[in-house]
Amino acid sequence: MKQHILCAVFLTVLGIAMSFPKAFAQGGKFSTSAGNTRFSSETPLENINADNKKCQAILNTANGEMAIRMNMRDFVFPNKLMQEHFNENYIESEKYPTATFTGKIDNAPDYAKNGQYDVSATGKFTVHGVTKERTLKGKMKVDGDKITITSNFEVPLTDHKIEVPQVVFVKIAQVIQVKTEYVLTAAKK
Amino acid sequence: MKMLRFVLPLVVCTTNLYAQDDLLNELSKQDSAQRVPVTATFKSTRVVNGHSVETMKKKHLDFRISHRFGRLNSGAYQFFGLDQATMRMGFEYGVTDDFMIGVGRSTSQKVYDFFGKYKLLKQSSGAHSIPVSVTIFGGTGVATVNKELEFQDKLYYSAQVLIARKFGERLSLQLSPTYLFRNKPEIAGDEKLLLAVGIGGRFKLSKRVSLNGEYFYTAREKNTRAAPYYDSMSFGVDIETGGHVFQLHFTNSLGMIEKQFIGETTGSWGKGDIHYGFNISRTFSFDKNNRRSKSTDQ
Repeated sequence: MKQHILCAVFLTVLGIAMSFPKAFAQGGKFSTSAGNTRFSSETPLENINADNKKCQAILNTANGEMAIRMNMRDFVFPNKLMQEHFNENYIESEKYPTATFTGKIDNAPDYAKNGQYDVSATGKFTVHGVTKERTLKGKMKVDGDKITITSNFEVPLTDHKIEVPQVVFVKIAQVIQVKTEYVLTAAKK
Repeated sequence: MKMLRFVLPLVVCTTNLYAQDDLLNELSKQDSAQRVPVTATFKSTRVVNGHSVETMKKKHLDFRISHRFGRLNSGAYQFFGLDQATMRMGFEYGVTDDFMIGVGRSTSQKVYDFFGKYKLLKQSSGAHSIPVSVTIFGGTGVATVNKELEFQDKLYYSAQVLIARKFGERLSLQLSPTYLFRNKPEIAGDEKLLLAVGIGGRFKLSKRVSLNGEYFYTAREKNTRAAPYYDSMSFGVDIETGGHVFQLHFTNSLGMIEKQFIGETTGSWGKGDIHYGFNISRTFSFDKNNRRSKSTDQ
């Protein structure tokens, strides 16, 4: 009986410790719902930029698994007509409301140590309903209970079956530049 | 042992056994409460002649040029109406994302028109969804063609409650109860106050092309000597090419403002009094963040 109680106390302490990732960062979940994803399409005729500041990201430092999710309708364009066309004609937000990435950090750093690390993540990248296996390179900055992930990568339109009609062909780049920055904090639970 | 049973789930909960997909599910669960407004119920701020629930976005200017030609049944001598044209030029601007103002000048009756339009309700899906969009419209105008008239006799006022719903990607329908008051109708025997209700809609044929239709029922005795008028009915096609929206249509109304197409439509579809016409809409963004504002993604 005594053993059981001891065991229970130990497990309780462990449980409590686990729920404070700050004190026990090794096995915590870090997340944000205000991540920033920007993309730009650059052609000699026109540069188009859009910004989404409501991206969700979650990282499990215990196993390096991560997920990123964003609503396409949350991309803000300076030109609202472009925004409408982005949603209606190109991305088809009604049919494909989100873009997601689920994957695993390939070379996980030591989350207990502050510093900046070059990392990459491999997993499934889904835009416009088309999923591609991709390895995205980026940087990870560990600063106490804050983990900042940044990554710049390219998305070719043809990879995701995003069609651009002939008349606007010269104004929209075939490869879209994407820049992301997510500041993750220890998940509250 | 009892205690263990109680404690164990707690431990399991906090030692993250989640796979990547569970992480993703977790994210979508957090997000599911969000209310998503439905956008682009119509491609343009007009269905054909009448206003749609759409307004210009903040700091965006819509320059509109609309033409209505003569009647198709005027024959080959008048090149089926194309020899005669009336037009309206309009500058319409989004003050906020939900409120727009506009001014226009019609060649027909030399009318200056002014209006404001406010989005009261936006159709939304998700939590606390709203089934319809509601926009209120108020306008006035001065018909300056008759110099003899007192200023107040040149005025008219119109108000509308525009109620629309987008039924999926392709189909949008709109109901437009209308109040129209002319201080001095064109024909002395005509009523000053007209109540009308419009129904309109669009059906998308492709991402950039839609079929539009519109009918205004005006509550009065039709085609009498006191009011030799008909109800307005129009059909058209919207073609969107980036920064432009082209609206091509056939209508029995010559005018492009409420006073004229709701109150003074003299054409009859049955007799072939049909006008070919078009609206060209060009949007300019004046948002500071967008330096190359003039160019859009046409």
